Amino acid sequence: MDWVILKRRIVDTFALVFAGLATAFGLFWLVWILWTTVSMGAAALTPALVTQMTPPPGAEGGLLNAFYGSAVMILLAVAIGTPIGIAAGTYVAEHGRHTRLAAVVRFINDILLSAPSIVIGLFVYELVVVTTGHFSGYAGALALAMIITPIVLRTSDEALRLVPNTMREAGFALGLPGWKVTGRIIYKAALSGIITGVLLGVARISGETAPLLFTALNNQFWSADLNAPLANVPVVIFQYAMSPYESWQQLAWAGALVLTAFVLALNLFVRLIARKGTK
Amino acid sequence: MMEDVAVRVQAPPASAEGQLDDVKIDIRGLDFFYGRGQALYDVTMPVPAGGVTAIIGPSGCGKSTLLRTINRIFELYPEQRAKGEIMIDGRNVLARNFSLTELRRRVGMVFQKPTPFSSSIRNNVGFALGHFESLSKSEMDDRIEAALRQAALWDEVKDILNASALSLSGGQQQRLCIARTIAVRPEVILLDEPTSALDPIATAKIEELIGEMRGQFTIVIVTHNMQQAARVSQRTAFFHLGNLIEFGPTSQIFTNPREERTQDYITGRFG
Repeated sequence: MDWVILKRRIVDTFALVFAGLATAFGLFWLVWILWTTVSMGAAALTPALVTQMTPPPGAEGGLLNAFYGSAVMILLAVAIGTPIGIAAGTYVAEHGRHTRLAAVVRFINDILLSAPSIVIGLFVYELVVVTTGHFSGYAGALALAMIITPIVLRTSDEALRLVPNTMREAGFALGLPGWKVTGRIIYKAALSGIITGVLLGVARISGETAPLLFTALNNQFWSADLNAPLANVPVVIFQYAMSPYESWQQLAWAGALVLTAFVLALNLFVRLIARKGTK
Repeated sequence: MMEDVAVRVQAPPASAEGQLDDVKIDIRGLDFFYGRGQALYDVTMPVPAGGVTAIIGPSGCGKSTLLRTINRIFELYPEQRAKGEIMIDGRNVLARNFSLTELRRRVGMVFQKPTPFSSSIRNNVGFALGHFESLSKSEMDDRIEAALRQAALWDEVKDILNASALSLSGGQQQRLCIARTIAVRPEVILLDEPTSALDPIATAKIEELIGEMRGQFTIVIVTHNMQQAARVSQRTAFFHLGNLIEFGPTSQIFTNPREERTQDYITGRFG
C-alpha cells in the first residue's frame, strides 16, 4: 500500500479514536450525574413533594412552598427581563444597527452575560435588601431578571440579525414604516429564535442559587408574600443537601431531580421550536 | 430647490432622440457612492411613462444600484449616498423632505430572490394594503383577489389563501411578491433581476406577466439576460462601469447600437 494512504489512514483512525474518547469522557460525567440524581431523587418523588411544605428536621414534608416561590420569581423575572431584553435586542439589531451606541450596548451586554451570578446577587442585596432592610421575593426576582435580560438581549439580537436583509428591504420597499416592518415582518421571521432565547434564559435562571441566597433567602413556611423572604428550589436544595438530616437530604435530591427534569424538558422544547422554525 | 431644477433642465440625450413620450422618471446627473467607491457617474436618463425600460450591462456596472436609488431603498445603509436628481412627475424624490412612504407606495419593487413574509398568502398581499387604505373585509378580499389575478397566481392559490406563503414554489413566491407590489396600486414597478432565481417555465410566466402589466405601470427591469431585455422591453439602457453608455429603443440597441461597447456586450464579447 502507498505510504501516503497508509499515513492518512493512521492519522484518521487516531483522530477518530481520540474524538470518540473525548466524547465518552464528557458523556461519562453527565450520565453519572444524571444517574445519581435520578436514583437518589426518585425515592422522594411522592405526592407529598408537591402537596406539603418544607418540613422541620426529622419530619415528613414536601417542597410545595419552594416550587411556588421559584415559579413566581422566575415568572416575574421573565416578565421584567423579556420585554427589556427583546426591546434592547431590537434596538441593537434593527434600528440602531449602524450606530456606535448599539456596539457599546452589545459590548456591555456581553460583560453582563458573563458576570458571575453571585456578583449580581450582591448587587441586588446592596440595592434592595439593604435599602428595605429585609430579604424578599421581589429582590430575588430582580436578581433573576438581571441574569435573564442579557441572555434575551443577546439571543434576540442574533435571531434578528439572522433575518436576511432582503426581508427588510422587501418590507420597506412596500412603503411600510420601520416599526411595522420590525413588528410585523421581522419579528415573525425571527420568532422561533427569540422564543428559544427566552426559554434558554428560563432554564438558566431556574437553577441559579447564589443570587437568591443574597436576595430571596429562604422561607420554611408557606408564604405568598413577595415582600418577604421567599422559599425557592435552588436554595432549599443547597440548605437541605448540606444538612445532617437524612429526610432533608432526600428532599434535596428530589428537588434536584425535578429541577434537572424541568431544564431538560425546556431544552427539548427549544429544540422542537428551533426545528420548526427552520422549516 | 426650484431654481436648481430650472437650471438643470436639459434636452434629452442624443441616444434617446425621437419618439420620447411623456417622461415618468427623469434621472439627472446622478452620482452614487458606496462609502468612498463611486458606482454611478453622472447618469442622465429619462424613463418614459408606461412601457418597459430594461437596464442591461455586465456585473457591477451599477444597474441594480440605479434601481435601488429610484425608491431610495439604499438609504437603509448609511454608508451609501446618492447625488443628483430623480424627478418623478416633476418632483425630485431624492429631496430630503420627500416622503419615503409616499415614494415607495408609488414606486414598488420586486427583488432578485422571492421574499415572501413568513405569513399566509392572504396576509402577504393584504399587509401593505391594510396599512395604506382602510378597507372593509369584503373590499380587502376583492383587492387581494384582483392583485393575485393580475399576477396570474389566483387560480393556483385561491383555495389555500391561509396557507403559509413559504409553502409556495419559487416561481409562485415571486408572483406573490409581484401581487403584493401591485396590490397597493403603484405607478412605477422596479424589477431587480426578477427571474434570475427561477426556472425557464416560471421565467416565461413572469415575462408574460410583465407584458400584461406594461399598459398600467411604468416598469423598469434590471436583467442579466439580454434575450429577456429584448423580449420584454421597449427601451433599453446599457451601463458599463457606472456609466450610461447608450439608451434608446430596444430594437435599435440590439440591432444597430451606436456605441462600440454596446455592440461588444450584446454580441457577447465581454460581460
